[in-house]
Amino acid sequence: MSRAPLSLRDLRSLTQARIALGAHGAGLPTAAALSFGLDHARAREAVWTPLDSGAILQALKDQGLEAVEVRSTVADRAEYLRRPDKGRALHPDSAAALEGMGRGFDIAIVIADGLSATAVALNAVPTAAALAERVRRAGWRLAPVVVASQGRVAIGDPIGARLEARAVVVLIGERPGLSASDSLGCYITFAPEPGLPDSRRNCLSNIRQDGLSIEAAAAQMESLLRAMLAQGTSGVGLRRDAGVLQGPAGS
Amino acid sequence: MAFATIIEGTRFTFPDLKSLMAKATPERSGDQLAGIAADGPVERLAAQIALADLPLKVFLAEELIPSEEDEVSDLIARRHDRAAFAPISSLTVGAFREWLLSTTAEPAALAALAPGLTPEMVAAVAKICRLQDLVAIAAKRPVVTRFRSTLGLPGRLSTRNQPNHPTDSSEGILVSALDGLLMGSGDAVIGVNPATDSLPDYIRIVELLETLRLRLGVPTQHCCLGHVTVAIEAMGRGAPVDLVFQSVAGSQKANAGFGVDLAVLREASEAGRALGRCPAGGQFMYFETGQGSALSAEAHWGVDQQTMEARAYAVAREFDPLLVNTVVGFIGPEYLYNGKQIVRAGLEDHFCGKLLGLPMGVDVCYTNHADADGEDMDALLVLLCAAGVNFVITVPGADDMMLNYQSLSHHDAVFARETLGRLPAPEFEAWLREAGVTDAAGRLRSAAGELPGPFAAASRLLPGRAA
Repeated sequence: MSRAPLSLRDLRSLTQARIALGAHGAGLPTAAALSFGLDHARAREAVWTPLDSGAILQALKDQGLEAVEVRSTVADRAEYLRRPDKGRALHPDSAAALEGMGRGFDIAIVIADGLSATAVALNAVPTAAALAERVRRAGWRLAPVVVASQGRVAIGDPIGARLEARAVVVLIGERPGLSASDSLGCYITFAPEPGLPDSRRNCLSNIRQDGLSIEAAAAQMESLLRAMLAQGTSGVGLRRDAGVLQGPAGS
Repeated sequence: MAFATIIEGTRFTFPDLKSLMAKATPERSGDQLAGIAADGPVERLAAQIALADLPLKVFLAEELIPSEEDEVSDLIARRHDRAAFAPISSLTVGAFREWLLSTTAEPAALAALAPGLTPEMVAAVAKICRLQDLVAIAAKRPVVTRFRSTLGLPGRLSTRNQPNHPTDSSEGILVSALDGLLMGSGDAVIGVNPATDSLPDYIRIVELLETLRLRLGVPTQHCCLGHVTVAIEAMGRGAPVDLVFQSVAGSQKANAGFGVDLAVLREASEAGRALGRCPAGGQFMYFETGQGSALSAEAHWGVDQQTMEARAYAVAREFDPLLVNTVVGFIGPEYLYNGKQIVRAGLEDHFCGKLLGLPMGVDVCYTNHADADGEDMDALLVLLCAAGVNFVITVPGADDMMLNYQSLSHHDAVFARETLGRLPAPEFEAWLREAGVTDAAGRLRSAAGELPGPFAAASRLLPGRAA
């Protein structure tokens, strides 16, 4: 049986890669070139837009969650990108602000801008609320939600240590790609303290509308937290249920 | 040993060789993050002036990282060829730059010199070269390697077709590889970064690429860029492994961070040779490197990132590779902040690799949190073509949606062929014509995505289209 010659365009559904774009000489068609430019502009905007922490705090309150705002030792976005060490350190003023929040919790949730304020604006509060509901049902004691601006993943360590939380969950904007600039990452650390290696964390990534759903992510977080509280560790040493992913800690 | 320069009455001192090297390095965020960079442009120039006066012999007398504690330093010392070094043994770093630019440094002289050069020497001279010097000198040093295609011949540019997929879907990889081949990309290698390091996935990917290669009769090599220990296991099970890949860095501790040492690389190289797929006299090892990887692993010993990168080439050169490329803009703005830093680093890496005798390619790329964009990559591609780069990496539409960064597009390879006259490897060039991808003049016949006869046959590998 003979077959008609295929076009690669018929096969586009097999991958999200930008295949079969067409070309004029070596150039992209105008629409494809501008579409690429728009995706890059969105990604750059996600990186450079400041976190609207006031809006996040209000949204948390609207969900009935107590919240407190802190910041890292980073001065501005340009320094944030150059100095990951400063984005991991808690500003002294913020350390003082945490003093009044009580201590001795089971779980602390930290929302940090990371590399995508867009991801945090869209996905962080609903994710925190879904997790908080599971924490409440599990009978665990939840610390006030901490909103950290100019924060890296490891800023959860000094925050968790100050609050004397048994485990800290950091929800953070992931480095945007061209295809998705709204992915939220989640890093969970048992017995947080400053200076822990990334191998002590467990990670979920790609939490967004077209990725890992908020409800599925919250369920996986709860299962990780249960395992951590039972085993007294996290990261590479944690025995995990099948289906829970261990990803790199990169943000 | 301390070093000093006096500029208009101000004395600048540098307590040791590694601080002199770090402060002489053109500005980049990674050295600033490490706290070893020059305080400003004047101190940097003072360091460069002091470095230019330094005899090359100093690098043989004073190690930046002690051999007793680092097997990469030990390798560099053991492999240094004093006879090859003799023609330049009396030169300073500054005079070496002039020698490299002069007509004395013709291709045969540079090839003969390579075993006499250490990474530290080439890193030092790179620091006092402007971009044009880095291009002009590297262009005089072709490095030719061969498997099924012959790579690095003067006037040619090869490409790695990188058909990544976020979940390693066979169909997704295959259709992306076909897209690249239809644009004429893939003569250096068709190489997939796997999403996982599982042995079954590794074997599935190389078998898929092997089937594609055989169906289309493409004169190229394929590679799954999994960890070298996975490759060793796969070879043990008889998987069709063309190229053995590993990321490497410039210190023993940084390599340990990648889970490798020289011994396991040697084991992998021996296993690859034993497969007998590579023709006698050919090469089959593939290494990736990149400035900042040692600092990222807290394994830089206070040495600047450009020198650490050049030291990674000593590791690569030990194993006679087919391909080496720096992934220059992948690591992020804390190491290379913007387009200017990425462009310079790409040219430095290519220059240092070539002088050390490596078949050097570059992944011309950037991430979305770096202050860089596609126009910086346009500039770097043209500069690298002028410098005679062996190969670049291309992906569909410049967007690697698995690794979440932007590399060059397959279209950019067409640009290099048609505007800059850089032809692919001769075997691949002939195949493109026979397969109907290009016309007699080497131009793309159809960019509309229609599959020529052999491609339509290969597409029957796809689900629902079984032959």
